[in-house]
Amino acid sequence: MLDFPRWKQLWFWAIALVCCAAALPSIFSVADLQWPAVLPQPRVNLGLDLAGGSHLLLEANPDQVVSQRLEAMEESVRAKLSQANATVKVGDISNKDGSLSFMVDNPGEVDAARELILPLTSGAGLTGKRDWDIKVVDSTRLVLTPTKEGIDQAVTKAMDTATEVVRKRIDALGTREPTIIREGDDRIVVQVPGLKDPTALKNLLGQTAKLEFKLVDLSALPSDVAKGIRPPGDDLVPYAPGAHGAEAGFLAVKRLGGIKGDQLTDASQGYDQRNNSPIVSITFDSAGGAKFAKLTTENVGHPFAIILDGKVLSAPNINEPIMGGSAQISGGFTVDSANQLAIALRSGALPVDLKVIEERTVGPDLGADSIHKGVIAMIVGTLLVMVVIVLTYGRFGIYADLALMINVLMILGVMAIINTTLTLPGIAGFVLTIGAAVDANVLINERIREERKRGRRVFQAVEMGYKEASRAIFDANITNIIAALLMAKFGSGPVRGFAIVLIIGIGTSVFTAVFLTRMWVAGWLHRTRPADINI
Amino acid sequence: MRLLKMVPENTNIHFLKWRLPFFALSGLLVIASWVMIAVNGLNLGVDFVGGQMIRVTFTHSAAAPVAALRGEVESLGYGDPIVQTFGAPNAVSIRMQLPPGAAHNPALATAMSKAIVAKISAAHSDARLDGIDLVSGKVSKELGESAAEALGFAAIAISIYIWYRFEWQFGAGALLSLVHDVSLTLGMFAVTQMEFDLNIVAAVLTIIGYSLNDTIVVYDRIRENLKKFRRMPMPELLDLSVNETLSRTVMTSAMMLITLLALLLLGPRVIFGFTAAITMGIFVGSYSSIYMAAPLLIWLKVTSKSFVPVEGKLDQQERLARERK
Repeated sequence: MLDFPRWKQLWFWAIALVCCAAALPSIFSVADLQWPAVLPQPRVNLGLDLAGGSHLLLEANPDQVVSQRLEAMEESVRAKLSQANATVKVGDISNKDGSLSFMVDNPGEVDAARELILPLTSGAGLTGKRDWDIKVVDSTRLVLTPTKEGIDQAVTKAMDTATEVVRKRIDALGTREPTIIREGDDRIVVQVPGLKDPTALKNLLGQTAKLEFKLVDLSALPSDVAKGIRPPGDDLVPYAPGAHGAEAGFLAVKRLGGIKGDQLTDASQGYDQRNNSPIVSITFDSAGGAKFAKLTTENVGHPFAIILDGKVLSAPNINEPIMGGSAQISGGFTVDSANQLAIALRSGALPVDLKVIEERTVGPDLGADSIHKGVIAMIVGTLLVMVVIVLTYGRFGIYADLALMINVLMILGVMAIINTTLTLPGIAGFVLTIGAAVDANVLINERIREERKRGRRVFQAVEMGYKEASRAIFDANITNIIAALLMAKFGSGPVRGFAIVLIIGIGTSVFTAVFLTRMWVAGWLHRTRPADINI
Repeated sequence: MRLLKMVPENTNIHFLKWRLPFFALSGLLVIASWVMIAVNGLNLGVDFVGGQMIRVTFTHSAAAPVAALRGEVESLGYGDPIVQTFGAPNAVSIRMQLPPGAAHNPALATAMSKAIVAKISAAHSDARLDGIDLVSGKVSKELGESAAEALGFAAIAISIYIWYRFEWQFGAGALLSLVHDVSLTLGMFAVTQMEFDLNIVAAVLTIIGYSLNDTIVVYDRIRENLKKFRRMPMPELLDLSVNETLSRTVMTSAMMLITLLALLLLGPRVIFGFTAAITMGIFVGSYSSIYMAAPLLIWLKVTSKSFVPVEGKLDQQERLARERK
């Protein structure tokens, strides 16, 4: 066990040096180090609890995706069946209990209707299943139900889009280095370092920014609307608070035939020339502009409602066709809210509403204070331990202390290389690892003492010390690894940071406290061949 | 140079002679901890019960005006706050339940925290906002469940590992001493009413890992001695093993305590509870390896035979055949 061939020594030194060097950019600034630009510059990231900043956990409601899919499918089916060349006569389409259904007037045409609709569906995933299930019930009724695969696929797609939209919106706020990660099926984690007050961010992300233009149904009886009775073919949409006409409560708009505001190329905050109140100017892309021109041309003199996230902002009259592809939205904005809406519209609508279900904000002073005190505690603790170790084990203690210092650097280096985040509990993990790393050397040195007392010769005693202690060190470290792995799996942010430091620390401490010290001790024994050792 | 010896050489303390009284004491402490947890309850943080926690430091005050703060927050009409100093006497955490309806409309919660922060900043010029945590009921339920799962899995996985490496009695002994260490640590939280949050769960998991460190070192020596001294009575053999590993146990525990005390006294105040939990766990863990883990092996009837390979049926037939010849 005390034989170390040259190649093995070189390997050990190389591993230790690379890991220690990787720690340097995290401790000193790169400029001070004169770090060559060609080399990578690994750095340990600071968690939000140390750097300060905001952490938001957003959750989407998958049911919303399902109902949107049903609505979209209803429109497609309607469009398909009302095409000029379609000969199949069907009854009204009902959208109830999570499926669409309609009667086919002539039972002989059921298959033809099915054939017409089938191209509207598509394959879902790799299972060969389709995203919609089309069934014939009572030989006259077609029922379309979204399959689980189809829903999953749609939710995944919606979440991908939502993540992208969230990223665009946060970028628009001009914050630095945000982290945006999908988590689980329906969640997004947003971390913005250095953000002191997340209110603006929350308002921005809380806004779905689904903009719609729908025609007002002038034939609806105001008395019915006031009572909340929905005229056939209409939707009752509540007014946004503060919007002109909000005292009426609801507005009846035609369910179909409106246009969506997702075909925009630009949106910006501006001022109304008449009364200087804040507005949002939008510019459609060419397809959206054409649709908007058509809608306004066909309905001159008719009011249309501008609806944002299911609330009426305003319902102006169309005085003349709007051909230029741009429009202005007013509706009781402040400069801030108009600005936020402009950002939200520019970045696109969220396919689903996102709700903040967890928020953690740490002030920058507290974080700085934590780092400062954590480093002091670590230095004091380490120095005290090192002094006691040298006093107790003499030369063997010096080896253990050297190993300890390399260990600290190696943990930092490995963390930098695999790009993990140092959190506040992570600092505690650091300090704890120092205590535990010493344990390996204590076990080994105590065993060497014992073997010497039993009268073994120096070489044999050292060899036995390492051999016999290794078993206990191994078993003890495995149990720690088990606990740390479970922590990393189940824990959230800071706790996971702690677990990662522990896992890395266990690995590096075995390397430094067992392998490196053994190499040094062996080298010393071979060089000087002492007859007795002071331990 | 004469080297320092924390423990005199060749100790021969009869630890096991006192096993019954100490075992009774441990049992009583565990039961007392459970009673305290049942009666006092753990002071669960927003991580586990949901709600909002606002942390404020009063930079120019020696102590935070806890009573005044309670009155100020109450006057806003959002309900009764839990105001507690947090790590340092001039830092507090103010915990509130989320206003009704916040699950559907998170803006209500934001409005509440804004109102509280505004009120406190207006009343105390040196108030520094250190952080706001908002955890919805759904998330807190998940966090609680995953914490319980992690603790349960860790205890079971480690016991199985020890069972696999040693014998079932050792696994059972390790599990019981683990329950002892964790119970006492939780008991400390019930008595002191320090806030119990996610970090403390991490601390408890650490204790599970490190308190076993000691147990394993002692068990490893017991196993070695069981193979070496076949005829030595169990109590004597355990005493020998504990004494042989005593200097290591003391030394390592001392090193851990040095680093932990440095962290406790000089370290970041935000993790005071976390460090206190680990310190308590390490302390209790060293004691329990000697007075719980080792004596349990006597009652669980470990003998030297546990480590002698058992004669299989085939072996027996072969032996009998050989003897007949």
